[in-house]
Amino acid sequence: MSGHSTYRPQSRFMQWFESRLPIGGLVHSSFVAYPTPRNLNYWWTFGGILSFMLAVQIATGVVLVMHYTPTAAQAFDSIEHIMRDVNYGWLLRYLHANGGSMFFLAVYIHMFRGLYYGSYKAPREVLWILGVIIFLLMMVTAFMGYVLPWGQMSFWAATVITNLFSAIPLFGKGVTEWLWGAYAVDQPTLLRFFSLHYLLPFMIVGVVILHIWALHVAGQNNPTGIDVKADKDTLPFTPYATIKDSFILVCFLILLAWFVFYIPNYLGHSDNYIPANPLQTPPHIVPEWYFLPYYAILRAIPSKLGGVFALFASIAVLAFLPWLDTSKVRSARYRPLFRQFFWILVISCIGLGYLGSQPPEGGFVIAARIFTAYYFLFFLVILPLLGLIEKPRPLPTSISEAVLKKPAAAGHKA
Amino acid sequence: MAATEAAEPTRRDFLYIATTAVAAVGTAAAVWPLISQMNPDASVLALAATEVDLTPIAEGQILTVKWRGKPVFISHRTKKEIEEARAVPVNSLPDPQSDEARVKKGHDQWLVVIGICTHLGCVPLGHQGQYDGWFCPCHGSVYDTSGRIRQGPAPTNLEIPPYEFASDTKIVIG
Repeated sequence: MSGHSTYRPQSRFMQWFESRLPIGGLVHSSFVAYPTPRNLNYWWTFGGILSFMLAVQIATGVVLVMHYTPTAAQAFDSIEHIMRDVNYGWLLRYLHANGGSMFFLAVYIHMFRGLYYGSYKAPREVLWILGVIIFLLMMVTAFMGYVLPWGQMSFWAATVITNLFSAIPLFGKGVTEWLWGAYAVDQPTLLRFFSLHYLLPFMIVGVVILHIWALHVAGQNNPTGIDVKADKDTLPFTPYATIKDSFILVCFLILLAWFVFYIPNYLGHSDNYIPANPLQTPPHIVPEWYFLPYYAILRAIPSKLGGVFALFASIAVLAFLPWLDTSKVRSARYRPLFRQFFWILVISCIGLGYLGSQPPEGGFVIAARIFTAYYFLFFLVILPLLGLIEKPRPLPTSISEAVLKKPAAAGHKA
Repeated sequence: MAATEAAEPTRRDFLYIATTAVAAVGTAAAVWPLISQMNPDASVLALAATEVDLTPIAEGQILTVKWRGKPVFISHRTKKEIEEARAVPVNSLPDPQSDEARVKKGHDQWLVVIGICTHLGCVPLGHQGQYDGWFCPCHGSVYDTSGRIRQGPAPTNLEIPPYEFASDTKIVIG
């Protein structure tokens, strides 16, 4: 069942074409005959969802640009113009805005799945780091997109985030003014953010292609974390993975549709329906939900430079994960201690998300400090030590044995 | 290309290095305009100085004006506010600076500061916080009646813009 070189085009034309540009064979070996581990669970379907969401964001975004005006004087009005005048403008904008949120929901699940099953370990280090780069690009893109409606939240998000760079010793002021193109967030800032918000998604597409390429070189990880050893450990991508991915994609789109059609502004902030005012900050500013954990980390540290450093470090640490985790066993199924620390990490991240939405005072700050401390302890201390002291449970000898024999152990769902 | 390791540098090695150096310098020179264009442009730099008439500002009132796209607070301080600002031992402050150094001589009642929190750039609210100065709603920095940081994450005092008294009732910012 090796996927390669079995592709024979039927028609004479396709045979002629294939001998000149073998793209049919590439698609066939990558998405049809490609062998996938037979024990993949539903947590493995989020890569497909993410690819689809990226396409949705680009399609709706390109269309929105046809009606948007990127000037400080007209941006806000042009968004209302899209909502009220443009045919289906409301639908396209709500899809784009809520699509961004769903994109992040899917990417967080995708990342936690990688963490749980050790998908970052050899030989998939480059695959994982490419994923971290995609995540970074997503964050920059989402932030810049949020600025474009030029409401109060847009303006002050832009102000606070660009001011993070003013914490850089010596060059801080110069760097922020270079980012703004002015002495404050203003017209030049809006225009360059618009330009980059259009560019970056295509860079994401480029890195996604590298990500999938690296995936297809190493092969997919699987819930047992052990390598594919024989053909009976795998199933062809089509129809098995194709159908499964399609099914879960439809379920995911129901969730998106629920937000778009029933609660389109639930994840937004009402302050962003007030035009930007550089002379007045809204009383309570918070980022979009998907940045709340990082915002909580920023505010947990009682020093400007320290807070900014912790914020960037919390993302940068992910790139070093393949070397911080010293355990040879990939899947958390066979790592009893790791599994407990992993779930504490999940709770910490959700906790930080909640705390990021609360005012920075009293018990909220103390809780945020505890969760922040755990976040860094997990990656920098617990993971390196755990590989040395943990005694993993016995691994099955093969994927097919783990799946087909159904022994007493390993019955739990992730 | 597979020269032995201990080979003497040849004229060809020199040419490789020289060519690479020229290419690197040329690339840097070509990239420079692409980076520099993001700096504030001539029209932004040319923003004129702002003139403010102080007569309508009553004692105890804070006026906000816009200068270079940023808010500037002009506070007409009361006797009590000035005394409060001067009663604090300077060395006990996070960013030690005396109130006298933050106003113009002979115009002690007028405090002119850039209305941008030195933490992450929000606009603080006037007459709030436990020091009667400003309170930043974003991350809880508290400034006193001299615009000095007293509590919270902001690292420095509110910045003083360059300004001069054109007359007793008029200032020019910038």
